[in-house]
Amino acid sequence: MLLKTNFLRWAGLLTAVLLLLVLMSFSIVYGYTDTTWKMAFDAFTNFDGTNEHIIIQSVRLPRALIAASVGASLAIAGVLLQSLTKNPLAAPEIFGINAGAGFAVVITVALFSISNLQVFTWVSFLGAAVSFIFVYIIGSIGREGLTPMKLTLAGAAMSAMFASMTQGFLVINETALEQVLFWLAGSVSGRKLETLAAVFPYLLAGWIFSLIIAGKLNVLSMGEDVAKGLGLKTGMLKLGAGIATVLLSGGAVAVAGPIGFLGIVIPHLTRAVVGIDHRWVIPYAGLLGGMLLLIADIASRYIIMPQEVPVGVMTAVIGTPFFVYIARRGFNK
Amino acid sequence: MTAGQAIATKDLTLSYGDTIIINELDLEIPKGEITVFIGGNGCGKSTLLRSIARLLKPKSGAVLLEGEAVAKLSTKDVARKMAILPQSPLAPEGLTVLQLVKQGRYPYQTWLKQWSTEDELKVRNALKATEMEELKDRTVDSLSGGQRQRAWIAMTLAQDTDTILLDEPTTYLDMTHQIEILDLLFELNEKEQRTIIMVLHDLNLACRYAHNIVAIKDQKVFAQGKPEHVINCGLVKNVFGMECEVTIDPLFGTPLCIPYGKGRCILKGQGLQG
Repeated sequence: MLLKTNFLRWAGLLTAVLLLLVLMSFSIVYGYTDTTWKMAFDAFTNFDGTNEHIIIQSVRLPRALIAASVGASLAIAGVLLQSLTKNPLAAPEIFGINAGAGFAVVITVALFSISNLQVFTWVSFLGAAVSFIFVYIIGSIGREGLTPMKLTLAGAAMSAMFASMTQGFLVINETALEQVLFWLAGSVSGRKLETLAAVFPYLLAGWIFSLIIAGKLNVLSMGEDVAKGLGLKTGMLKLGAGIATVLLSGGAVAVAGPIGFLGIVIPHLTRAVVGIDHRWVIPYAGLLGGMLLLIADIASRYIIMPQEVPVGVMTAVIGTPFFVYIARRGFNK
Repeated sequence: MTAGQAIATKDLTLSYGDTIIINELDLEIPKGEITVFIGGNGCGKSTLLRSIARLLKPKSGAVLLEGEAVAKLSTKDVARKMAILPQSPLAPEGLTVLQLVKQGRYPYQTWLKQWSTEDELKVRNALKATEMEELKDRTVDSLSGGQRQRAWIAMTLAQDTDTILLDEPTTYLDMTHQIEILDLLFELNEKEQRTIIMVLHDLNLACRYAHNIVAIKDQKVFAQGKPEHVINCGLVKNVFGMECEVTIDPLFGTPLCIPYGKGRCILKGQGLQG
């Protein structure tokens, strides 16, 4: 653990907020269209309708805000799921959330020939929610209620099912393939501010609720029996954490499509920085998640310029070595 | 008798699915004493303890805590009266002893009252009673088995309850640490009159530390009472299905069970009276 005292943790939190704002500014200023800090400043204070100002206001700003919110939400969802399942590899994508969203979007394109990003938002939110609710219910069947193992297995099964059905549809329907391929890779670009605004209340509710239950997650982390013995209503807490997960990861996938690795990597990185107290882990994970997605998104603009790499690919490129590092280090250290 | 009972069960039936583990049990556990549940593997002694601690819902019947049905009390109210230490609990990696013990105060925390001086005091006392003060900043996973168990007991002490339940608190500990843990529990009972209810595997240690033994067999209580009154060859044969001699512990005067069986016998040919 890097930050050992509460003073350092508060200081770190403040620094992280500032860094997030700095990265958001970088995301607004740097990209294919040459813009300067002055232009960015003018675009908000003294808008003159030039191409650069329009790009800054309607392309770069939404993109920065989306990257920050989506990154934060995925990271917090990862913390909740890892805590709920006691599985260090848990993340939204292995509980059928991304697969469910992807399947819903592909169905919409293939069967109803709709390929509107606004429609995708709600369809994918619905797909993610339905899929996770299925996983949650399957994981809860049986005498002991929700157990980490059952939840993980149900998630793996549901992901596999949705993923193969998605592939089946795409093979049959090639037009759908072209239209959804970019969505399936995950991206924060080309989205309007309204898209974010539509799901933002859900994300915000997810953030606040996660912070509220942080102390109770600490109690649950000592084991189901110990937590119950201390008077924690574990069933209620797990249900609450499940709902928060749906709001956060469903909202994230609705705006940006399936973005992997963030949900796995950030919680581990966060624990290395602040330790295991969820009251610190959750806010830090949110900030670090936002920062990582902003960095990935800024990098994605420069790698094969003038084209862009989908940010979902970038997070995987950054995430995989880290993932291998966690696996090699062992989960018990 | 009712005045002196900490916990009672009434028509308590416990089951896993359709398998009945405990059948219509009426049991009274005296206040301020050490009660030990004994019985063969799978006889349901741990299940009974878990159900008393409300970790397992009864199929029918009730558990009464100081005369009130546990199921009707709020779970936090119960947690202020009764603490449970499950078998081999696992702390999350990186958790320090102090953080662990502080969690024992969870039942006293509300939205308005997050951490009080009383909480601080109870945590300090719990660390002191278990001699964990020096180790409070160590992580639980870095401790030895005996220290780790003391840390968990400190957590249940911080819970500040009259009754403490422990499910095989000496499992996986070597003999020295088994005695150390049981001595600690014995002192807590002596000095603070806490009611202690636990499951133990070792019959001889059970006889030494318990005021009250509850032997469980065939979904029922086979016998209950002072070890010196209930433990004899017949009971051991019945409850554990084992032939043995019961003699007297030369140090404590409590019953000492010596099992028959195979092994290297240096008294062969000289009789067994030596």
